[in-house]
Amino acid sequence: MKEIRWHGRGGQGAKTASQLLADINLQEGKFVQSFPEYGPERSGAPIRAYNRVSDEKIRVHSGVDEPEVVAVVDPTLLQAANPTEGLSEDGVLLVNTPKSPDEVKDETGFTGEVLTIDATQIAEDAGSGYANVPMLGALVSVLGTDYEVAEAEVDKALSKKLPDEIVEMNLQAFKVGYETLS
Amino acid sequence: MSNGNKEVLTGHQVVANAMRQVEPDVVAAYPITPQSEIVEYFSQYVADGKVDSEVITVESEHSAMSACVGSAAAGARTMTATASQGLALMMEIVYIAASMRTPIVMAVANRALSGPINIHCDHSDSMAARDSGVIQLYGEDAQEAYEFTLMAQRLAESEDVLLPVMVTLDGFTLTHTAQVAELLPDRAVSDFVGEYDARYPLLDVENPTTQGPFDMPDYYFEHKLQQVEAMENVSDRFLEVQEEFNDLSGSSYDGLFETYKLEDADYAVVILGSTAGTAKVVVDELREKGKKVGLLKPWLFRPFPGEEIKDVLVDKEAVAILDRSLSFGSSGPLYLEVSSALSDGDTKPRLYNYTYGLGGRDIKEDQIAGVFEDLENPDLEDKMRYIGARQ
Amino acid sequence: MAEFELKKYDEIPIGGVIEGGATPELNKTGDWRSERPIWDEDTCIQCLQCWVNCPDASFEISEEEIQGIDYEHCKGCGICAEICPVDAISMKPEGEVSEDE
Repeated sequence: MKEIRWHGRGGQGAKTASQLLADINLQEGKFVQSFPEYGPERSGAPIRAYNRVSDEKIRVHSGVDEPEVVAVVDPTLLQAANPTEGLSEDGVLLVNTPKSPDEVKDETGFTGEVLTIDATQIAEDAGSGYANVPMLGALVSVLGTDYEVAEAEVDKALSKKLPDEIVEMNLQAFKVGYETLS
Repeated sequence: MSNGNKEVLTGHQVVANAMRQVEPDVVAAYPITPQSEIVEYFSQYVADGKVDSEVITVESEHSAMSACVGSAAAGARTMTATASQGLALMMEIVYIAASMRTPIVMAVANRALSGPINIHCDHSDSMAARDSGVIQLYGEDAQEAYEFTLMAQRLAESEDVLLPVMVTLDGFTLTHTAQVAELLPDRAVSDFVGEYDARYPLLDVENPTTQGPFDMPDYYFEHKLQQVEAMENVSDRFLEVQEEFNDLSGSSYDGLFETYKLEDADYAVVILGSTAGTAKVVVDELREKGKKVGLLKPWLFRPFPGEEIKDVLVDKEAVAILDRSLSFGSSGPLYLEVSSALSDGDTKPRLYNYTYGLGGRDIKEDQIAGVFEDLENPDLEDKMRYIGARQ
Repeated sequence: MAEFELKKYDEIPIGGVIEGGATPELNKTGDWRSERPIWDEDTCIQCLQCWVNCPDASFEISEEEIQGIDYEHCKGCGICAEICPVDAISMKPEGEVSEDE
């Protein structure tokens, strides 16, 4: 079983990305959980969301304390939210930032694998504006998930809520996010 | 969102879908965290024309349950959902719903009762309703919450039961967690629940009835005895409903509680709801180390299947009962039931009571492993233990 | 209540349901009256205010005319005597009522 933690700010779509990831993992035949951490909810406040992915039925219902992968959707949370908490040196820290992995290592003191991607810029270039989707693309790449499966699921999920034009922008951002780390 | 028939769904979504598939005549509810989305999803289904139900928006849970009682007395299939303070406010009418024998099915998204105010999970809300006369089912995951909501309908409406059924699911842990679940086809559910034929519909003007009358001391007691008898019928009916449901769904419900690696176990935990899932993981880990440990998870808490539980626990060395609510000045509600069930034997296991998870306090695998470790100590002192509380 | 035989729990409908509806026809409820309304047919103008205002249903009526008072259900509240515009109804203590009233 793999455990993943998302850091974002309220309104940035970290929870949505977490749920999309669960949908994608299900398509791969995995068992999944996706849940946010609930407190007083305010737009802009730091939030955490979690994924569990497993080949077996997931029975555990406790919180995730020691994730293998941490995805930081908002670069300012590197200081504010202690994103390396519980992350072992074997783990992966994936950060939305224009900085290099070495710069993030210096900043966080984390000595394991650090991957960086300027998801905010990718989303801006694609016109979608939300960094959560290219971050999801990057994470799908990190997890080794089949791209076609993932893209189809993102398309399906976003199409339920968004007009075609916006879906297209997001799919472009998703693709660039995926390719950046492939 | 699907893989075969599997989908990623939250507890809210599975319960709302169960309600949609049951298609009650009336749903009266008032929003409260962590229940709100159940009724939000359901109301959306109604607005979208996916289900033909009357949703009554009310000004409080007291009114919600009152509307439900009126609706059920009129002969309508009726459902609601609530949590925590909402259930507390509803409580006066919950007793009346049971005494008037209205088969209302209600979801309770378990949340701690104030105060201090807290939105997270424990079982203090539904445990406060345990003497109200409702049947109580506790689910471990979204799948069970879904399936219990469907079975509850049949159980509530069983001719010799006719009582409200409360289906509980742990707030946030189950309500807000997207997880893999499998829904039945709509048609299969509507065939399973069938048409509801109320015994005394108030709207039947050809056969007028008066309902909810005043009782003097010469009849109140007899009406309570009727409720006692109805509760006594629940276990058999639940088993029958399970069998039918298994045929329909391929599930394997076969009792009033689930046992997990219990048969040859020396040490066992008894636990309700989602934490039973975490405990199963611990049982697996300890079994790999050669420990003879097991688990018992009551599905049915009211009526409490004491006799049946006694049969499977009586030969154990030691049993820990994990309560997620307090009964101040006494032991935990689940402990009291289990210890009462085991009280009349010549020999019985050593019994210990633990309280855990109040107000959403997380419980970890290693903490449950610690409970099993405690049980191996034959000299363990008999006193309440509070898992994870700073003392 | 003495004329009813008390039934066992399994001999009565569940949930306190009263089959047929609760009807005063089966229960004499006028036995706790302390004052009795006496109706004077000769003074009565048949305005039916007493029938309208009786909180029970104790005025016997047929063909839109008051026929008498049902003392098995009248509680003696006196509203009819109060409302009557021609004082055709008077309240009399039960102990002072003669046989024919």
